[in-house]
Amino acid sequence: MTPEDRELAAQICASRAGLLIDPEKAYFIESRLAPVARREGFGSVDDMLGDLRLKRDDRLAWSIVEALAAGETAFYRDRRPFALFETEILPTLARLRGNEPIRIWSAACGSGQEIYSLAMTVEDMRGQIPGAKVELFASDLSERALEKAQSGLYTQFEIQRGLPIRHLVNHFEKADEMWVLSPRIRQMVRWRRINLIADLSTAGRFDVIFCRYVLGGLTPQMKPRLLENLARALSPDGFLVLGEGEGVTGVSDAFQAVTGRPGVYARNPAYRAAA
Amino acid sequence: MKTCLVVDDSKVIRKVARRILEDLGFEIAEASDGMEALAWCRAAMPDAVLLDWNMPVMNGIEFLRHLRREPGGDKPTVVFCTVENDLDHIREALAAGANEYIMKPFDGDIIASKLVEVGLA
Repeated sequence: MTPEDRELAAQICASRAGLLIDPEKAYFIESRLAPVARREGFGSVDDMLGDLRLKRDDRLAWSIVEALAAGETAFYRDRRPFALFETEILPTLARLRGNEPIRIWSAACGSGQEIYSLAMTVEDMRGQIPGAKVELFASDLSERALEKAQSGLYTQFEIQRGLPIRHLVNHFEKADEMWVLSPRIRQMVRWRRINLIADLSTAGRFDVIFCRYVLGGLTPQMKPRLLENLARALSPDGFLVLGEGEGVTGVSDAFQAVTGRPGVYARNPAYRAAA
Repeated sequence: MKTCLVVDDSKVIRKVARRILEDLGFEIAEASDGMEALAWCRAAMPDAVLLDWNMPVMNGIEFLRHLRREPGGDKPTVVFCTVENDLDHIREALAAGANEYIMKPFDGDIIASKLVEVGLA
């Protein structure tokens, strides 16, 4: 790949999804794009980008964005946000909402470990929140990620990243060399392709948004846009959960940190009044 | 320093596990079958046991059942680490008192994540 090719790939990611890709990271870009080129029938990544320059194929451009956007994930990643969800966020909302639905969104769900961790938590808590109606939603930029997530199929490696063994026994079955999540948990989740920096006004209203390890990977221009989009999609008394090391300070006034609850944010009422 | 007894009949696996666990701050003892492991535990109960299933002399599940009946044998956190990867084996291990379960092949991330799970790392 020439530096110009890498620059092109980075530009496509920035303009379509607000993703910050360092064009200097030759190995990263090339290793992510090689499978795309193969899948699309090109002899090399160079051929694919050459073709893209000529034809501006929208679908191909999105395949490139999807390949470069994919991040690491694990069940119950970082643990603490899920513990807070279980012990504080969900019980509080169950009290506040009564019989009204509590809507939870995993934004940028990747291969589904985050939303399924939340779904298992909800399922295992049924006895403590009788009457609560919890609706779970997951979205990702990538159709391929959504397909994998919906299948509920994970490799032995994937199910050993963060998933306690009792959860495996309670919620998974073996399917040849893979593990498959029970239909009961899978059916709790609704899926949609969403570009988080696009217009989210039709995305709906949510009481809890998990949007972790997205903000940190965006271009400086798109960071405030993401937070403002999420603020509009969050109910006034809802909670936003970000990844470790991701903060709102100096990015946008749409949110404020919840004291003593690292990674948890609430809408800033002053900002709402101004908007 | 927390102690971990690594029980596996493969010297190579013991060596790999030792390196990973030492990096996580454990002091390591090794045993190559369940009988040897039981002798270790009777002499000095470890904080954790990383336990293979299939071994000569005494296998992992028999060792675990013996261990849990020993004085103080309820204390160590026992993490199975075996090629047995079906639900029947996992359920049997949990019923016998295992705290976590690793299916081989494993890597450092999996061991670290499982030890966090049981509150040891």
